[in-house]
Amino acid sequence: MPRFLKEFFDRNGLGLGSVMLGLVLFWTIGLIILPQLSMLDFSFRPNLPPPEIGGPKDLYTMENYKYLVFGPEGGSQDYNAVDLKVFYRTLVAAIFVTIFNLILCYPIAYYLAQTKGNHIRIFALMLIIPYWINEILRAFALRIIFGETGVLNNLLVAAGIFDTPFDFVRNDIALYAALGYAYILLMIFPIYNVIESLDRNQIEAARDMGASWPMIHRRVVIPYAKPGISSGCTMVFMLSAGALAAPQILGGPSSLWFTQLIYQQFNDNSDWPQGAAYAVVLLVTCILLVLALMRLFKVNMGDIGK
Amino acid sequence: MSAGVGVDLEKLWIRFGDFVAVRDANVHINGGDFFSFLGPSGCGKTTILRAVSGFLEPSEGQVLIGGNNMKGIGPNKRPTALIFQNLALFPLMKVWENITFSMEVKGASAKERRKRADELLDMIALPDQGDKLPWELSGGQRQRVAIARALCAEPDVLLLDEPLSALDLKLRQHMRTELREIQKRVGITFIYITHDQGEALTMSDNIAVMRAGVIDQIGDGKTIYNDPATAFAASFVGENNVFRGTVKQVQSDTALISTNRSGDLLARVSSANQGKMKAGDDAMMFIRPEAFALAPVGAQGDHFVTATVTNEEFEGNAFNIFMEGEGGKEMKVSLPNLGQSFDSHKGQPMTLQYDVQNAVAMPAGDLATE
Repeated sequence: MPRFLKEFFDRNGLGLGSVMLGLVLFWTIGLIILPQLSMLDFSFRPNLPPPEIGGPKDLYTMENYKYLVFGPEGGSQDYNAVDLKVFYRTLVAAIFVTIFNLILCYPIAYYLAQTKGNHIRIFALMLIIPYWINEILRAFALRIIFGETGVLNNLLVAAGIFDTPFDFVRNDIALYAALGYAYILLMIFPIYNVIESLDRNQIEAARDMGASWPMIHRRVVIPYAKPGISSGCTMVFMLSAGALAAPQILGGPSSLWFTQLIYQQFNDNSDWPQGAAYAVVLLVTCILLVLALMRLFKVNMGDIGK
Repeated sequence: MSAGVGVDLEKLWIRFGDFVAVRDANVHINGGDFFSFLGPSGCGKTTILRAVSGFLEPSEGQVLIGGNNMKGIGPNKRPTALIFQNLALFPLMKVWENITFSMEVKGASAKERRKRADELLDMIALPDQGDKLPWELSGGQRQRVAIARALCAEPDVLLLDEPLSALDLKLRQHMRTELREIQKRVGITFIYITHDQGEALTMSDNIAVMRAGVIDQIGDGKTIYNDPATAFAASFVGENNVFRGTVKQVQSDTALISTNRSGDLLARVSSANQGKMKAGDDAMMFIRPEAFALAPVGAQGDHFVTATVTNEEFEGNAFNIFMEGEGGKEMKVSLPNLGQSFDSHKGQPMTLQYDVQNAVAMPAGDLATE
């Protein structure tokens, strides 16, 4: 038995230790790893009617992945331009949402973490309470705000800034706003957590040595907050790329989110293998992208957990 | 050695809401001085330091550095460098980057900075440690890095906020000598904040004793120790025995004070209080433990004290004798060990004499609480 396991059992006793370990293993293996493996398995199989599953035609195939890249066999185009474009746009938009959220949330997190007083608690509460409302309702509320005859357009037209209502939904602004807003807390709190533990004297020391505020942030605060920034960015990016409700409700009619394609394959086309292949591609690409960025910014995996 | 840049505090008041942290402070600090603010925690000494460094705007009065009014000038624009109590080294920067941060701010090249860092690392006797991270150094080494970082900014005034308080006793004593040497070498003004009178006395050219936002006395170590201006200064700096009483008679620079138990005792009126004492006033008189000498038992007079011995301690270089003092307070007497045989006097009366020049009288006031 490895030492950490022995220590774990020594500390908790065999009975309680086994229960705790069993639950954790059930959670990771039973609820995460096995279903994902089964999805992976699905993605390599042809879409067959139920009687033929397990039959002679049920052979592993790359068809579903090929479909994403090349489109239907004998199709008019060399590549599956439509789906690939959606895929690409989803990733770019998710990155954009993440960067936008970081720029918006870092100052808020810094302010919350380095200011003392009761108003801070009220401020934090005001950030949290809207999240009692469920995601669908929030998305529809944004539709009311951003719609063609919505609050924002009425205001802008009344103020004379626009002559005619601007279509925020068709231009995806409503969608980006919804995604940004949906994950604000996931960006603020990891950064807030780290900055709160930053010794105020470090900021004063830098200031005392002549540093300007941008310099203090660049050299002292941001390097210190890096673990929080990276865990916030990872979460926001993963969740935006995988969001479904917001794109369904707020996406323009012509702009699909890649998750919507996956959803269509599973639900509308009843093509689970195809949907699974799309989902696997999205998952793997997102993970690789995050790992590459972590490497670029010299973030350790351990930092993400902070 | 340059003449150094002086610092003046003029009619300085600092308030936080209703609380007065600093009350009408007037201090002149000579250029090139090692100047200490000495006082118990909460006396306002750190507040003064923050006003000098620019992190705090005084409510009234002004801070002058080198004769220039610092009003409205931020901490990043003042010719001061501050060493924080917890040092506040940047944990993610290497030692050499820490030291030369002030040059980085000004846009110096990495090569220039590295060169300067190496010079300073030599000066603080930490060569070849530049590439380490702060946590890889010992407490004393980190201390020296903090000093080098502050000196790298080439400040006119170095401000130190109890930087030795986190070190163990031995290192603290070593760093005292080292700080003093560094100060002499660089020749700039040091303003040092401490609650440790030993630190203040050993290092400083001049000391300001502070109590509850008020500066009680400013002077060099000897003056403050030998000629305290207030009861607080007398009881806070070093060990002291207090005798309470009323003034019976004042004659030129001495006062005769009648005490409850020891009769009338003669003392020198401290310089700051000459002419301020008259017959009938409440007074206090202080005699240091080492200012006593043994006298024949029962000897009478205005410079003899007789009391019962309650306890004795042998300290090697001295015998410490504790006696029933005035007003229930224990009195401590320290007699040098000159090889004399010393029988136990516990429970016995003992008579001591003192030189009137070593007894200081002043109007009654608040004592420092231990």
